[in-house]
Amino acid sequence: MQDDDTTNSQAKRSHDASTESVRGEKKYWLDDPRNVRIIYVGLWIVCGLLVTADLFYEKHIEFPIERVWGFFGFYGFVSCVLLVLAAKQLRKIVGRSEDYYDR
Amino acid sequence: MIDSLPPGWLLIFGGLLIPLVRGRGRSIYMLLLPALGFLQLLMISHGNLLQVSIFDYSLTPVRVDRLSLVFGYIFHIAAFLGMVFALRVKDTGQHVAAFVYAGSAIGAVFAGDLITLFVYWELAAVSSVFLIWARRTERSYRAGMRYLIFQITSGVLLLAGAVAHVHQTGSLAFDKMGLSGLGSSLIFIAFGIKCAFPLLHNWLEDAYPEATVTGTVFLSSFTTKMAIYALARGFPGTELLVWIGATMTAFPIFYAVIVNDLRRVLTYSMNNQLGFMVVGIGIGTNLALNGAAAHAFADILFKGVLFMSMGAVLLRTGTVKGSELGGLYKSMPWTAGFCMVGAASISAFPLFSAFVTKSMIISATTEHNYTFVYFVLLFASAGVFHHSGIKIPYFAFFGHDSGIRCKEAPRNMLIAMGLAASLCIGIGAFPALLYRVLPFEVDYQPYTLTHVITQLQLLFWSAVAFAWLNWIGLYPPELRSVNIDSDWIYRRLVPRTLAPAVRASVRLWTGVLDRAGRRMTATLQTVYRHHGPEGILERTWPTGSMALWVAVLLALILLLYYL
Repeated sequence: MQDDDTTNSQAKRSHDASTESVRGEKKYWLDDPRNVRIIYVGLWIVCGLLVTADLFYEKHIEFPIERVWGFFGFYGFVSCVLLVLAAKQLRKIVGRSEDYYDR
Repeated sequence: MIDSLPPGWLLIFGGLLIPLVRGRGRSIYMLLLPALGFLQLLMISHGNLLQVSIFDYSLTPVRVDRLSLVFGYIFHIAAFLGMVFALRVKDTGQHVAAFVYAGSAIGAVFAGDLITLFVYWELAAVSSVFLIWARRTERSYRAGMRYLIFQITSGVLLLAGAVAHVHQTGSLAFDKMGLSGLGSSLIFIAFGIKCAFPLLHNWLEDAYPEATVTGTVFLSSFTTKMAIYALARGFPGTELLVWIGATMTAFPIFYAVIVNDLRRVLTYSMNNQLGFMVVGIGIGTNLALNGAAAHAFADILFKGVLFMSMGAVLLRTGTVKGSELGGLYKSMPWTAGFCMVGAASISAFPLFSAFVTKSMIISATTEHNYTFVYFVLLFASAGVFHHSGIKIPYFAFFGHDSGIRCKEAPRNMLIAMGLAASLCIGIGAFPALLYRVLPFEVDYQPYTLTHVITQLQLLFWSAVAFAWLNWIGLYPPELRSVNIDSDWIYRRLVPRTLAPAVRASVRLWTGVLDRAGRRMTATLQTVYRHHGPEGILERTWPTGSMALWVAVLLALILLLYYL
């Protein structure tokens, strides 16, 4: 596989440091920052709609706390933010340079 | 004839013959073997199909029931998909290793006694390490060695446990044993190593990312799921497993956020998925065990897609580091698409596989009032979406455009990814197909309005958390780094602390030897002084002096006599 690894990786990297796209290449929809913004805002709107949906059906839940409006959305959001912030701290403790074990 | 062969043998012995077949015939042959094996399972009858007596013990090399069949089916499917993915690999050794490995994993899930299990267990360990070594780098050689030490240790514990167990119970049969006594405890730890229990887990994250492009796909399918099967067979309803499993779901995801090697991220997320299955086994009800088996089935497929897509990226770009990649959707749109199907499946989006499998386990926790565990699993579900569902596709295919332009993955790899991705969607959209082959009768309805909406809330709000943290620049960037885990203990701590200890003991030893030597020399010198050629006791005295001394003695005795 080793030789396959090398023969196949004919990846070309553009040296134009700040390129949004390689020169002469077609422009992709996502290359436009405005469209990324559309996705970002769209995501918030979907999230808003999903918690609004909570008002319109009867939730069959296991624990009383889940009855709270938008509980699962809130739980997911807080979990992920805490996860990332905790992981950043974890990196300070366990992060080492790439050749740590080779030294 | 084919149905009288023990399951797995077709792959093991058929695999050994691969070097004899050449050219196009080999490709067909390699795809035919797992297909035939699968057919064999469809025809096989249930029960103890083979029994052998050795001394006073009866062995059951083949035992077929619903639990073993679920794993048998998926192992054959995994072997087939893996082979499609690896079809163009020129290195014959890898194919042979992959077949022997897959075959022994299949053999293991049909083993009815502990000795047969042990044999397959070790065979899987030894054959699989070649998929790591096949990368032929110093790094993979060392990682393979560490991997092998863990795997063999697990085997040795299994054997020791089997001996103690038979001593205790008089039976070698591999059935539900629970934690009772020394034998079953040793077996429990043996399974725990392969299942990547906390602190016994790091061989997984250490070794799998060092294997070849195709090797990791095979590795991700068999070893750990074989251990899940073994736990489900031997230790269902062991409460300790609920807590072990809950820990497994939670702690690896913190690592998954900061690890740079994307295949390593996947191993951490695999560790987390195994946790869900372990929780299911620990609860041990029909629903929970069904959930564990179903989730193992689904996991092999979506982990397969994810490892395949990252393998394709490694093949084409030469790296899978998040810090180096980005924007690859332009070059590899199909791979990106399949990867996102895998990502949606592991994240349990409605209509994707984990939605109908993982939820069985989570529901089972509520049946028995494991409230705390329930919320841990919910946290882990949000977390898994965060790192496997978003981080993997985002940093590889989207995110900051790295400027890398490469070819799309080879066609056979795309076909393999496409097949696995379709199965992920198939299971998610038509769960009844999978539910039919589960160990117990299924009375579970995944598609309720509450479940769909709450799950979508959980996932979309997790996604928006990722997007928001990225937007405001709080999300930790991918860095070229390694993160120490429990492997630090045996890769750094022990060698480093032992080195001075070894030096010190050598010094002590030479010191002791030195002193002992000097003491001995001194003793010898004393002996020499008295007994040597010039020593007073060894001197040759004249006969006259002896006669004189005898005369003196006689005179003395005479004197005493008179007194």
